[in-house]
Amino acid sequence: MTITPDAATPAAAEPRFESVQEVRDALRDAQYLADDGIAGIAYLADRLQKPILVEGPAGTGKTQLAKSVAEITGAKLIRLQCYEGLDESKALYEWNYKKQLLRIQTERGAEEQTEDWTDVKDDIFSDEFLLTRPLLEAITSDEPVVLLIDEVDRVEVETEALLLEILSDYQVSIPELGTITAKQIPLVFLTSNNTRELSEALKRRCLYLHVDYPELAREKEIVLAKTPGITDNLADQVARVVRSIRQLDLKKSPSVSETLDWARTLMLLNIETIDEQTAKETLNILLKYQTDIAKATKELTVDD
Amino acid sequence: MTDVVGSHTQQPGGMLDLLNGFVVELRNAGLPVSLTENLDAMEAVQHIPIEDRDAFKYALGATLIKNHSHWRSFETVFEVYFSLRGPEYKISEDGEGDTDIDDLWRELQDAQQQGEGNGQGGMDGMTPEEIAQMLMQALMNGDQGMMRAMAKQAVQRFAGMEPGRPVGGTYYLYRTLRNLDLDNMLEKMMEASAEETGGELTSLEERLEKEEFSDRIEKFKGEIEAEIRRRLVADRGAEAMAKTLRKPLPEDVEFMHASRDEMAALKKSLGPLTRKLAARLARKRKHKRKGPLDFRNTVRHSLSYGGVPAEPKFKAPRIAKPELIVIADISGSVAAFARFTLMLVYAIQNQFSKVRSFVFIDGIDEVTDFFKATEDIQEAIHRVNTEADVVWVDGHSDYGHAFEVWWNQHGKDVGPKSTVLFLGDARNNYHASQAWVVKEIQQKARHVYWLNPEPKSYWNTGDSIVGEYGTYTDGVYECRNLRQLESFVDLLA
Repeated sequence: MTITPDAATPAAAEPRFESVQEVRDALRDAQYLADDGIAGIAYLADRLQKPILVEGPAGTGKTQLAKSVAEITGAKLIRLQCYEGLDESKALYEWNYKKQLLRIQTERGAEEQTEDWTDVKDDIFSDEFLLTRPLLEAITSDEPVVLLIDEVDRVEVETEALLLEILSDYQVSIPELGTITAKQIPLVFLTSNNTRELSEALKRRCLYLHVDYPELAREKEIVLAKTPGITDNLADQVARVVRSIRQLDLKKSPSVSETLDWARTLMLLNIETIDEQTAKETLNILLKYQTDIAKATKELTVDD
Repeated sequence: MTDVVGSHTQQPGGMLDLLNGFVVELRNAGLPVSLTENLDAMEAVQHIPIEDRDAFKYALGATLIKNHSHWRSFETVFEVYFSLRGPEYKISEDGEGDTDIDDLWRELQDAQQQGEGNGQGGMDGMTPEEIAQMLMQALMNGDQGMMRAMAKQAVQRFAGMEPGRPVGGTYYLYRTLRNLDLDNMLEKMMEASAEETGGELTSLEERLEKEEFSDRIEKFKGEIEAEIRRRLVADRGAEAMAKTLRKPLPEDVEFMHASRDEMAALKKSLGPLTRKLAARLARKRKHKRKGPLDFRNTVRHSLSYGGVPAEPKFKAPRIAKPELIVIADISGSVAAFARFTLMLVYAIQNQFSKVRSFVFIDGIDEVTDFFKATEDIQEAIHRVNTEADVVWVDGHSDYGHAFEVWWNQHGKDVGPKSTVLFLGDARNNYHASQAWVVKEIQQKARHVYWLNPEPKSYWNTGDSIVGEYGTYTDGVYECRNLRQLESFVDLLA
């Protein structure tokens, strides 16, 4: 662990990608079908060494993006799941009190003469007694890291501030130790389901990527890639019906993962073309609210 | 500052000016762009190939725009600013380049006209029927290049654009679309495809087909708009165009003057807004201070301190949920506003212990049951519009009569827990105001608020008597757009 008394800029790392196309191809190999926007911003994030804030409806592959990027860069994925009440000791670091206590007690037991207090203090506030949590772990790791801060909108506004130092300068200040600077710049993804407005300070430090439901052609490709054995025709139909359903005014539109579930179900049922009957009977896989199902059934069947 | 990127070598100074102008325009359009974001954008564009227009757009978008509802405004400004800048954008935008399209064009024309020999005149030599035919072909096949070429030609031929003429883009758009007869295009396409497949389509297939076609038609309209915009920018310059095309952000759109598109955008942003609002309100409740002292519990715990009440215990806070009564004017001018507020209120109704709603024009009717009967707010609003009995004499707003009737029927329901919310512009058509009703309500209710969708400067002009009612309320709030409505609801709950 590099510990410098004052902040030093982390060494510039080698860029991970050569071009946007390279990112896109690599992601495709990892079975993640990115559009131009996604690949372009991932590339930029690497070049500018900035975190990406990924926003969008649930189930559009925000978390999967981080996982896939970790996979293609061969980096370790460190994940911090956010929740209400997350604090410093869970996100950054914590002192190992029990160990510190033990250390003091063994000292006492071994020799009766009291040691100088400052020695003990220096000793117990050192690396050995520091428990690293995901954020600190991400910057102190020797190997390349992709840091995923999931559902950042769940923490309180005050807790967001914890993230700011690490996001802009890739460093963590620990009062007893000084500032710990990153050994390598991790690629950081923050995801948000947009349940609340994130603070300006956080947004300013990030590149912004909005991942929406995929377009027809891309969704079809995703279905084809992720559902082995599916026919081109069926995949096309699945994508079309899902697009049609998403245009309705629903409580919760079907997500990509639900589309995939649906495609798999249709495969298992040996259905080759979707007609109204099958669509109606399997809608409960795409939609999870009774009112939504009723509405979609009505819309899909009574058309004239 | 125009055409600074014309040269192929990358001039840092030129780029700087261009981006600065762009950022200034974004700020003029109401988008918050900070200095650091501006710097990020400058750095970002150095890392991407400048001739790749899409990548350029995403780079700017990712660094400058941090809210998805702002994306549309950003896109408009971007299209205006970078529609003409330098040949490199233009070529890459067309994909194959202009010559290919021309070839394609000629080829198709030849096939269509079978030896009429008029090979080079574009669409000039064709009748509108032939053009419509070709357009339909292009749309049926979903041929992107063809559609783009058609859009170009259509604008050239039908829009009748003259340099320097001070009309907006919508006028040209309207002229072009009228000539192309796009409204009937969908039907024709459906007929044609029915013929092709032998007419045996199930209603599901038909629906999917229809959506595909209307999607393509929308795209084609987009192409036409883009082409008109390009020509206008070429004629008048980017700064002037950016100004005329400037669109307000969804949260700044005025309820009373929203166009149909803007209304749709507003409705869309209502979903995330209510989710946010509900989360915020719930959080507010949770983090409020402790309830009153719990005497029994404190004494019980004092036993472990030898009878000294060292550790005071508090009751869980009682969550005070107000009971809300909404009384809304739904006459023509303010209907959109009333609908919106009702939608918002019902979307967060679990923040209130009870919500009752009444709508009026000159008669008044309770609509609470419409919302209770269904979980679908849109459907309830639809029923409010069609089924509520709100006309008494002539269907012109009469606040006085409506209030009087309401007081006689429901006045007894107002209690110390109720918050009464009036929605309307208080334009009473010079009827009697009956402001005493509001006064009576104020004496019985916890709070009385009045939301007025008109700008403050119009209040109390003409037949508006909002001041007269306002004296008896706890506050009259200007509520012209989503932003103001949101901040009011925050205060309410």
